[in-house]
Amino acid sequence: MNAEKVLMKGNEAIAEAALRAGCRFYAGYPITPQNEIPEYMSANIFDAGGQFIQAESEVAAINMVFGAAAAGARAMTTSSSPGISLKQEGISYLAGAELPAVIINMVRGGPGLGGIQPAQSDYFQATKGGGHGDYHLLVFAGESVQEMVDLVGLAFQKADEYRSPVLLLGDAVLGQIMEPVALPEPVREEEMPPKPWATVGTGGKRSKNVITSLRLHPELLEEHNLKLMEKWRRMQANEQRSVSYRLEDASLALVAYGSAARICRRAVDLARQEGIQAGLLRPVSLWPFPERAFRETADRVDAFLVVELSLGQMVEDVRLATNCVKPVSFFGRTGGVVPTPAEVLDEIRKADPGTGAAPGVQSTRPGGCCR
Amino acid sequence: MIGRVVFDRERCKGCEICVLVCPRKIIALDQERNEHGYRPAMITDEEKCTGCAICAQMCPDCVIQVFRETGAAAAGRSKEDAKGELHA
Amino acid sequence: MTVVFQRPVTLSEKGTHYCPGCTYGIIHRMIAQAIDELGVAGRTVGVASVGCTVLAYDYLECDFLQASHGRAPAVATGIKRVRPDAIVFTLQGDGDLAAIGMAEIVHAAARGENFTVFFLNNTIYGMTGGQMAPTTLVGQKSTTTPGGRQAARAGRPIRVSEMLATLDGPAYIERVAVDRPANALKAMKAIRKALKLQVDGVGFSLVECLSACPTNWGLTPGEALQRVGRELIPYYPLGVYKDVTAKAGPDEDQTPNGGDRP
Repeated sequence: MNAEKVLMKGNEAIAEAALRAGCRFYAGYPITPQNEIPEYMSANIFDAGGQFIQAESEVAAINMVFGAAAAGARAMTTSSSPGISLKQEGISYLAGAELPAVIINMVRGGPGLGGIQPAQSDYFQATKGGGHGDYHLLVFAGESVQEMVDLVGLAFQKADEYRSPVLLLGDAVLGQIMEPVALPEPVREEEMPPKPWATVGTGGKRSKNVITSLRLHPELLEEHNLKLMEKWRRMQANEQRSVSYRLEDASLALVAYGSAARICRRAVDLARQEGIQAGLLRPVSLWPFPERAFRETADRVDAFLVVELSLGQMVEDVRLATNCVKPVSFFGRTGGVVPTPAEVLDEIRKADPGTGAAPGVQSTRPGGCCR
Repeated sequence: MIGRVVFDRERCKGCEICVLVCPRKIIALDQERNEHGYRPAMITDEEKCTGCAICAQMCPDCVIQVFRETGAAAAGRSKEDAKGELHA
Repeated sequence: MTVVFQRPVTLSEKGTHYCPGCTYGIIHRMIAQAIDELGVAGRTVGVASVGCTVLAYDYLECDFLQASHGRAPAVATGIKRVRPDAIVFTLQGDGDLAAIGMAEIVHAAARGENFTVFFLNNTIYGMTGGQMAPTTLVGQKSTTTPGGRQAARAGRPIRVSEMLATLDGPAYIERVAVDRPANALKAMKAIRKALKLQVDGVGFSLVECLSACPTNWGLTPGEALQRVGRELIPYYPLGVYKDVTAKAGPDEDQTPNGGDRP
């Protein structure tokens, strides 16, 4: 790892990280707040021996990635919420055809055209399908420019390893802020796995490779889905990732990812100053959800407070993962509004098991067995 | 020149395009059906075949192979022999 | 004994699922024949789309992908940009190319991507049972225009070759038909030329092939071929709409596989 740090804007660092991870095909379409990514790629990928296309739409872009991935390249597309909606069919096709690819969503407020400010309201879209069919994406989320850079490298590696699309969730904050970042060494050709399944021409040396997600016979399609399910199982076993902060002696565990986690970390520190035993459990893998960490934490803490930039999406997975053995409450702001640490501290005070007070903003979604 | 044609009975879907385009009008559908239930095309009078291959080129299912006898070899050959020889 | 005609090597042994009299089979064979003649089977990657060509990867012996509906030109772009030496072609019907895929085909053509599009225009949606297509003629019956297409309700058909020819990006666009032997020979020539242009790195080529759909037109195969000549060709005239390689004199005449001219 290059020890020298460079001050970079999040979007640009992500693009640079992709190039260093061996990305040699990028297709994207302009949409705020991620435009620096295609712009950076257009300026730099050709010199790296790659190809950049500003596609006619996000739909075209994901399908160009399909083709490039099928032809053996490390391929990526990026967008923001509405554009990611457009890509869902293509993502389902990538999963069904077992193609590696990296998709990055710099989330903005929704639904519809929404706003351009940061949000976390695409969690369901990312982790519960988004596209049609029984499939899962590996979904990772970082809280800093450095972590996003590291996760880009991991995403390309895991995409090739599993022959499956990987989604990174960022948001407008992470895309636009500037932070010092240590960039990784470029991945060498020899370090990348061979792709004998790629459609590059038989060369007269082998039988044809066919890349398709179509299996018209139900038994064959079921068989294929069961084969894919083995992949999801391996991911669930091996790719759970989370980071804890001041959780060892915590009685209240905050749960947040991405930019919300940065705010919560500060709020935890403020709470500790007031004598509240707060800590933070921060998922880095959103799919697979880090269930093991949550089960283990649920044994030790008295309550959870989930904080999201949404009306409450990940909170459902926290309840599922902990089996509601401890109360799980929720606080969120949406529409692009970003809460301050002071606001979160307020909710911590209300949720503090020590005081027994009721929590603040409830998730508006029905269901869930606890407060 | 004498043309020789081989029809792959089981490949044929009985669409009759070859019947329509043959300039000599020497192709017809067999009364007997193939395994798929189609009445396959067959040549009715091979002696009249010039090997123009229009039937083969218009066939959507590549049912027909076309050959031409050349020179002296054309004289006195039996139909059976012609079908057996596949030298280019 | 000389071989006058036999199945091209690149055409698979497997029988197709196409209906009796569907001209897709003729076009597949012509593409396979051209690939054999150019000797590029080992470099070729085909992109099947959604529609009757969806299973095309079973019928041609080369690497193949199956793209989502309308997006084959985008998929082909991805392949060709990453593997510029591959010979890449798409097989698309009129719904795939001219309805849902209109943006992708226009932009691939405008970008001048060096691959070949085979546009199989039979003026109807075949695979899904006979609905109106962007190329369905006014007055033509379909399952979604049961009384015949009315311009006031459903607009007028799109002439794709003419439209794309207005762009500066494409190198070669020709409309052909396989409704009769003379036209079929020209179609073979166009298919061969389009792939040869790709081999030579000239640019984007599209061959629009007027096709028959006996099943959804409710006609016998013979009647369907006649309809192509009688109704389709007058609205979609055959000919070259763009050719950046066009010389002043006549093109070199290439007669495939011998055979008497009718």
